[in-house]
Amino acid sequence: MKELVVISGKGGTGKTSVVASFAALAEGAVLADCDVDAADLHLLLEPRVLERDRFRGGRVAVVREGACTGCGSCVEHCRFEAFIHAGPPWSRQPVRVDPIACEGCGVCVRVCPEKAIDFPEKVNGEWFVSSTRHGPLVHARLGVAESNSGKLVTLVRQKAREIAEARSRDLVIIDGSPGIGCPVIASVGGASLVLAVTEPSASGIHDLDRVLSLAMHFRIPVAVCVNKHDINLDLTQSIEEMCGEKKVPIVGRIPYDLGVTRAQLRGLSAVEAGDGPAARCIRHVWSETTKRLWNQSTSGRYKEACEYE
Amino acid sequence: MRTHGTIAVASGKGGTGKTTICTSLAFVADPPVCLLDCDVEEPNAHIFLNPQIEESRSVGIPVPRVDADRCTACGECARVCQYNALAVVKDRVLVFGELCHGCGGCRLACPEDAITEEDRPIGSLEKGRSGSIEFVHGRLEVGEALSPPLISAVRKAGNRSGLTLIDAPPGTSCPVIEAVRGSDFVVLVTEPTPFGVNDLALAADMVQALGIPAGVVINRSNIGDEKARRFCSENGIPVLLEIPEDRNLAEAYSRGDRLVDAVPGYGERIRALLARSGEVMG
Amino acid sequence: MKVVVSSSGETLEDPVDLRFGRAKYFLSVDTDTGDVQVVNNTQNVEAMQGAGIQAAQTVASQSPEYLITGHCGPKAFSVLRAAGIQIVVGFEGSVGEAVEALKQGRLKPTEGADVQGHWM
Repeated sequence: MKELVVISGKGGTGKTSVVASFAALAEGAVLADCDVDAADLHLLLEPRVLERDRFRGGRVAVVREGACTGCGSCVEHCRFEAFIHAGPPWSRQPVRVDPIACEGCGVCVRVCPEKAIDFPEKVNGEWFVSSTRHGPLVHARLGVAESNSGKLVTLVRQKAREIAEARSRDLVIIDGSPGIGCPVIASVGGASLVLAVTEPSASGIHDLDRVLSLAMHFRIPVAVCVNKHDINLDLTQSIEEMCGEKKVPIVGRIPYDLGVTRAQLRGLSAVEAGDGPAARCIRHVWSETTKRLWNQSTSGRYKEACEYE
Repeated sequence: MRTHGTIAVASGKGGTGKTTICTSLAFVADPPVCLLDCDVEEPNAHIFLNPQIEESRSVGIPVPRVDADRCTACGECARVCQYNALAVVKDRVLVFGELCHGCGGCRLACPEDAITEEDRPIGSLEKGRSGSIEFVHGRLEVGEALSPPLISAVRKAGNRSGLTLIDAPPGTSCPVIEAVRGSDFVVLVTEPTPFGVNDLALAADMVQALGIPAGVVINRSNIGDEKARRFCSENGIPVLLEIPEDRNLAEAYSRGDRLVDAVPGYGERIRALLARSGEVMG
Repeated sequence: MKVVVSSSGETLEDPVDLRFGRAKYFLSVDTDTGDVQVVNNTQNVEAMQGAGIQAAQTVASQSPEYLITGHCGPKAFSVLRAAGIQIVVGFEGSVGEAVEALKQGRLKPTEGADVQGHWM
């Protein structure tokens, strides 16, 4: 069973659009939306929720009503600026915890001389297992302004793996999040292949470099796809040179095509909505990517593939 | 024109144009202006500002260091740690610094006073200038998971005498909160597509939870439908500016050009955005 | 000698649980007396972070010489080694078969973790 993770470094390069098309082409993969901060994949899949549950990712400190003497011990020890004062610090007015800033470390709970602080488990979000026209989808929503996204991502991945095992599906396709932090790390660890979707802009190249470093840091094979490549052919070439130096294969160059947006507006992936330039290239990218996933021989020189008319 | 206060530029969805808008605002505003690039995972503002870096320092998280001579392997530190960053087996304490959040709980809990703290670097912070614009950004070390401590350091490193502009990371969870908290106003950048509107709604919830007033910029305003505008009017969020899709703009952006210089009319739009933000902020 | 095996169930006939940190049970077997103790690991099945580390501490408290499992990540591995436990990975079969194989000298302890840790 293989796990393909699609990430980007820079946001807005087309990760989710590519994953949606892959879902259509894959015929029965298990899909996982690990962009739990801003999940969008479901918007193209019309999911029917079969299973859902709350996600408890940690704890939060809560000052009990009437129990605080305003001694300030908690405030003194909190490293996350999570206390809200009712009055100036010297006034010994009761304090309360800002649940958004609280990291659930428990220090205040222990130092409070009155034992006035409770430490309940926190519900940070919700996860779902849904059925879609392309296969099962595991997705989640982190609560407003919540933390512990890495943990929720880990949960989504685990569920997806379990479903794949239970239904003998051999592929899990993961839609990752932008950046290189906690949720991205949780998405790529142990994956079979990372596909980095980039764009030929100064920001895109800068961010691609970091995301490639991340994949290499975790020793996961990585391939690159350049989206909207015709916006700047010089920078597309720079990307190709950078990937060549790092020995990272480029599995395709997708042209800028408003057809992808038009498809999204209709709730469809690009390959389902028609046969435009982007859709044709995405099919090629899928083919090249799956060959690498299953270690089959690939078309070699990418320049031969996916020529844009 | 608003000359002081903090405006954060954020979005739910990535790639909507936060950095473009944020740096453009810095170019048109009257000095003193300070731009804090709080997207420490993928900082991009420096590409457009081209700052002269004057100062650079490492930023770390305080992680436990156990004095083996004083330690009795009682296990209390591992028991109190909410992040499982400590394990006690036989007569040793193992520290997993990469899981540590730097809360100091283990040090307080140790009955033998055997724990001190040492700095574990997670990234770097740089300060500099671009013309009259003061600039700070952070760069998270690749492989590090926790960005909020570095974001917090960047946010605190700015000089707040004039207008402070914060370039926030994409998303709606803890890194964005850390970047945006304490701001006077948030500009949410979106695009009129299903992904854009979906994530705008999440971002709007976030700023509401933080209690900060917000306005919206609809970028690439002609490529999609009405739903973004409708969301804003239904939720009482002012649309501050709409910028239509423009191939020239996209190409200039891709080169890292300053749009306020490179694209005719763009500077005017950004000045109008700043003025309108000032009005809404009050 | 004492052997701990990660297990999907509570008996020797049950299959070895291939994941160490989130295994449902650990069966602690005394190969001399045949005594079997069942240790429940459910709290780690649901743990969001550091499941492997926690599981390793649970196993260490049983003081076995060997741990037999499917896959073990680097953090859990370092905890087990610190506790002086030899680790055998990659075993597929029942718990009873695992113990037998070890007794017959057919299993070799591993030098290092065999999988990248999952995020926590």
